[in-house]
Amino acid sequence: MRARRSSTLLGLSLVAVIAGMVGLTFAAVPLYRVFCAVTGYGGTPQIGAALSRTVSANTITVRFDAAVNPGLPWQFKPEQGQVTFRLGEQQVAFYRARNTSDQPVRGIAVYNVTPEKVGRYFHKTACFCFNEQTLSPNQEMQLPVSFWVDPAIADDPSTADVTVITLSYTFFRSLDDAAKSGALANAGPHVGPLIR
Amino acid sequence: MSASDHAHDHSHGYAAHHDDHGHAPGFFRRWLCSTNHKDIGTLYLIFGAVGGTVGGILSIWMRLELFSPGMHHFSSGQEWNTVVTAHGLLMIFFSVMPALIGGFGNWFVPIMIGAPDMAFPRLNNISFWLLVPAFCLIIAGLVMQESGTGWTLYPPLSNSTYEPGPGMDFTLFALHLAGASSLLGAINFITTIFNMRAPGMTLHKMPLFVWSMLVTAFLLLLSIPVLAGAITMLITDRNFGTSFFDPQGGGDPVLFQHLFWFFGHPEVYIMILPGFGIISSIVSTFSRKPIFGYLGMAYAIVAIGVVGFVVWAHHMFVSGISVDTRAYFMTATLVIAVPTGIKIFSWIATMWGGSIELKTPMLWAIGMIFLFTVGGVTGIVLANAGIDQMLHNTYYVVAHFHYVLSLGAVFSIFAGFYYWIGKMSGRPYPEFWGKVHFWVTFVGVNLTFFPMHFLGLAGMPRRYVDYPEAFRGWNEVASIGAFIGGAGLLVFFYVCYRVFTSREHVAENYWGEGATTLEWTLSSPPPFHTFAELPRIR
Repeated sequence: MRARRSSTLLGLSLVAVIAGMVGLTFAAVPLYRVFCAVTGYGGTPQIGAALSRTVSANTITVRFDAAVNPGLPWQFKPEQGQVTFRLGEQQVAFYRARNTSDQPVRGIAVYNVTPEKVGRYFHKTACFCFNEQTLSPNQEMQLPVSFWVDPAIADDPSTADVTVITLSYTFFRSLDDAAKSGALANAGPHVGPLIR
Repeated sequence: MSASDHAHDHSHGYAAHHDDHGHAPGFFRRWLCSTNHKDIGTLYLIFGAVGGTVGGILSIWMRLELFSPGMHHFSSGQEWNTVVTAHGLLMIFFSVMPALIGGFGNWFVPIMIGAPDMAFPRLNNISFWLLVPAFCLIIAGLVMQESGTGWTLYPPLSNSTYEPGPGMDFTLFALHLAGASSLLGAINFITTIFNMRAPGMTLHKMPLFVWSMLVTAFLLLLSIPVLAGAITMLITDRNFGTSFFDPQGGGDPVLFQHLFWFFGHPEVYIMILPGFGIISSIVSTFSRKPIFGYLGMAYAIVAIGVVGFVVWAHHMFVSGISVDTRAYFMTATLVIAVPTGIKIFSWIATMWGGSIELKTPMLWAIGMIFLFTVGGVTGIVLANAGIDQMLHNTYYVVAHFHYVLSLGAVFSIFAGFYYWIGKMSGRPYPEFWGKVHFWVTFVGVNLTFFPMHFLGLAGMPRRYVDYPEAFRGWNEVASIGAFIGGAGLLVFFYVCYRVFTSREHVAENYWGEGATTLEWTLSSPPPFHTFAELPRIR
């Protein structure tokens, strides 16, 4: 009798372990995001309004990259190829987007910097990518981003070799917009029944 | 077979009691509502054989296609992809796991620790019967040709854009069911091993097979829920508009890879550890020596299990993870070679100076040790992040994991089959045909998988239905090898036929003094209920 009760107890605690692991799996979603934001993992830039306290004499070059998911009927380009500026100095750069369709479309940009190891030193103070952007039919818009690079990047032996950082954006159609317009159903050549 | 010569009443210090509660219920209640660990073990073994045969037929089909360049036996790449997926999933979840864990585990864990049955017999029944609908769902995904993602199920390939049909959902649900089955089984094994050992059977006296099942059960318990969570997210991404893995909504497809491999890497140890346990039993039996370094062997299994949880990203060296991360995962992966090496060398040390008898189970065991070592060595090569950049997703990887699984795990299944079939059925197997089975399979699988190393080093990518002319030669060799391996499977069926039509009976301990675990104190086959009075282990 005691053996059976202790078996039930052990069995139930093992069920609790399973529940805990499932919980941890779902907790991994926000934790993964927090981990990337804190450590700059995967080239995740630091977000915040704070500015650098010091400005160093060293300069760094930032290149601008733009990509558009085929599901989004936009043109999207940087207005300048690259800028060179001093570490710690705030910079503003512009992208330009144009809605090529005849209906209003909402898009959202995902972003990172490469080399990925500089994510923790790259600060964005304001960015069009922080919010969804809506363009009415054929509207063209200038999209600003302001950023600075922490002078500490030059002191960290693992990043001291970096002289060029690429800031990259990929614009996607926002999910609810895609669902509303039915764009998901005919978003590209791979969608729908497979051609055999 | 020298069945009756070595009959021992009580081998090595166990005093067992044979209470013959032989009377079994009718067919329906016995097999469909079974709560008896031996019957459920038998069901699992049959299920594993069916799953393995279907998966094996798929692999023969694939090797037929790859025999020469061009499309011959497949109508599209999608058809090929679904067959690759089904082959992988069937072999992992519906052949190796049911046979090793559900089959041999259910049969021999309770007996080896002197328990009358598993701790939760009805849960055991549910565990098995969950697998049957899971199997049907996998077959549905295959027949509908809508689940061409490979067993890794990576989005975006598995999302609703690229696999829009319900067949993909069927495959995902199949994994949910198979996962639930494994989890219930894991709870059962852990509880049984912790709570139901006979008096005197301390943890440090347990046979290594029981140790391996204990660690396997813990790996299942900690890893399967992560797979369940990940595929639940995938299902909601596909059907309910969430975006866990969809960058459009702020998700990240690489997160799926992390979750999948947090499950997937322990999963490969789940498949091989029970095999390690079986091989330990067999090597010790046929060398007539206790296993060399018992405690080291037991804790090597534990170490493999623990370290197996912190190496997952070595499957993701090309997913854009940083240099430091790669350095860590590379080092941690290489560390696994240490406990694995302890096991290999302890098996060799057990054989060293032993009076070795090369019966069929021992042939399979030595074959497994050799082939697993080959697969382990290529694993060390692949663990190097720099080399893996070149070899990632080539046939070198295919060769590596088939050497450790198709050859390591499957050889230990066959080793266990020949070792225990007399015990389970009460009838001898034909020694000659067992050896024929071994040699045909050994030649076949090596001919199949060894050339894949060359193909991979030459740059042939995996998961393609076609290849350029340059890769023809070794692909021909590999396909011929697969056909020989398929012939080996036919020999196996003939062996089964001979066993089940045999009129001979084997004694309790037909392997003689080398076989010292508790199952050899019981009749062959064991009575329907065993150990109604607990044995006392000195």
